[in-house]
Amino acid sequence: MAVKGLRAAKSTGPDPSPTIAARRAEDDRLAPAVKLRGAAVRLGGRTLWSGVDIEIPRGEFVAILGPNGAGKSTLVKALLGLLPFSAGTVQVLGRPPGQRRGEIGYLPQRRSFDASVRVRGLDVVWLGLTGTRWGIPVPPGVWRGRSWQQATAAVRDVVELVGASPYAERPIGELSGGEQQRLLIAQALVREPALLVLDEPLDSLDLPNQAAVAALVGRVCRQRGVTVLMVAHDVNPILPYLDRVVYIAQGAAVAGRPAAVITSDVLTRLYGAPIEVLSTRDGRLVVVGEPEAPALHADRHGAA
Amino acid sequence: MDPLLSWNIATDVEQLFTFPFMVHALVAGTVVAIVAGLVGWYMVLRRQSFAGHTLAVVAFPGAAGATLLGLPLAAGFFAFSLGGALLIGAAGARGVGLPRSQVRQAAAIGTVQAFALACGFLFVSLYRGNVSDVSALLFGSFLGVTARQVVTLACGGVVALLVLGSVARPLLFASVDPAVAEAAGLPVARLSVLFLLLLGAAAAEASQITGALLVFALLVMPAATAQKLTARPARSALLAVLLALGVTWLGLAVAYYSPYPIGFCVTSLAFAAYLLAHAPWLWPLHLPRGRGWASGAVG
Repeated sequence: MAVKGLRAAKSTGPDPSPTIAARRAEDDRLAPAVKLRGAAVRLGGRTLWSGVDIEIPRGEFVAILGPNGAGKSTLVKALLGLLPFSAGTVQVLGRPPGQRRGEIGYLPQRRSFDASVRVRGLDVVWLGLTGTRWGIPVPPGVWRGRSWQQATAAVRDVVELVGASPYAERPIGELSGGEQQRLLIAQALVREPALLVLDEPLDSLDLPNQAAVAALVGRVCRQRGVTVLMVAHDVNPILPYLDRVVYIAQGAAVAGRPAAVITSDVLTRLYGAPIEVLSTRDGRLVVVGEPEAPALHADRHGAA
Repeated sequence: MDPLLSWNIATDVEQLFTFPFMVHALVAGTVVAIVAGLVGWYMVLRRQSFAGHTLAVVAFPGAAGATLLGLPLAAGFFAFSLGGALLIGAAGARGVGLPRSQVRQAAAIGTVQAFALACGFLFVSLYRGNVSDVSALLFGSFLGVTARQVVTLACGGVVALLVLGSVARPLLFASVDPAVAEAAGLPVARLSVLFLLLLGAAAAEASQITGALLVFALLVMPAATAQKLTARPARSALLAVLLALGVTWLGLAVAYYSPYPIGFCVTSLAFAAYLLAHAPWLWPLHLPRGRGWASGAVG
């Protein structure tokens, strides 16, 4: 609630004479969350994909799908500015990749915390807020201004939002995969990002936790108006919440509504090989005949 | 001048401050304990104990070489430890935080350590000096701490603390979660090299009290004990410093009144604290099971 107040104060202040900076900020706010034109990425001397055109409007829940090694995580890292694009024009929140880091919440492919990490889950969330501040930290007992109260409230709110309050005070290494994932989502959300980038957040979770975390992300997207970009191996847990999918395979990508993209025709054309999409009675989609990408990548386990 | 331990604690403590060398040792020990406690806290969190040990071992040939050349000991300690830190940092600078870079770095650390020990042994055999000097370099001594050495230690300590303080939060972020810290725009690789330099400085400082082989008494043990007792970062870092100060002061006092070497005294006390923290049933009035200090402090 305090968090909402912060954002409202930031964006709707009285502004009788818009300066150039203010107009540019307004342009950025209206720009699509992500825009790629003819984008390509090379990794280890090999072009992973090229000629990719994607436009993602603000506030959508978008899944990035595709077989292992197709370059899903690479796309995410390039959008964050951690890897360069080799061709094309790319804008993230209206700017070239890497310039809007403060407004992007990121959850890398996990990696769970080692059991020996003796830092509370709450502190991990705090790091999302204060972890990039240089300078000698002032003890909270000395510095109890308004900003401290706002920060504490923001952390408490976001921990409550993800339902992590009961275990946020425990060392993060002792928590289950699902609990860690919720706290990490809270960390990514604590700065109120405009864009939330999640790399296979459901990967190591059991089915009930997959459904719960998917529902949580869907709720965050709707209620807070955050654009969500989620790399997923299996589309089914998030299918009910999705606005759009980006399907990467065979060095190319297609984007569109889930029902329009995850079809036998589109995927057959994308792969250049016969693919069949089956729909089960409970609405789950099953893709049959997907060839795995050539195992020439070092991407899957984080070593870029 | 055999110090005699009496039942009067006040006179015992007063005796500790009678001799200048003892005052020097206490001041130097205080500086070293604060620096080693804090840097060690990050080292334990980052699981870089192997690097810390190596940087201390590297200090040994540094000191032996300085003796050989007639240079101040501290110069040798700092030059070699900081140089070793840069070497290790260069070996693992690319792709920090990834499993593969850790393996590569561990191999580099091991190589540096073995070569450092060999060099140290060479310098000592070239020196042909007093053999007890060697054991002092390896296992610590507090008798020869000069006023100049105290000033050097204090200056090094203040610089190290200022640097550590100004990167405290980003370093914590990069230590707990390097991938997210990097995506948030933090220079994770450079922070890692900077931390190795701090670790080298702390190891060089601690070597001068506990000796090159026993720096863990101040670098690892207080931090590991503190992190076991509480999971709140600020509290456990403060606790690590207090524990390091406690074992240093007590160790110096015990070494003063007993025939045992300083390195042994400090290490044994730190070990006792570590043991008590990890095995609460050793407490005379032990706390209920499963609710030790750890859960009590965070609850």
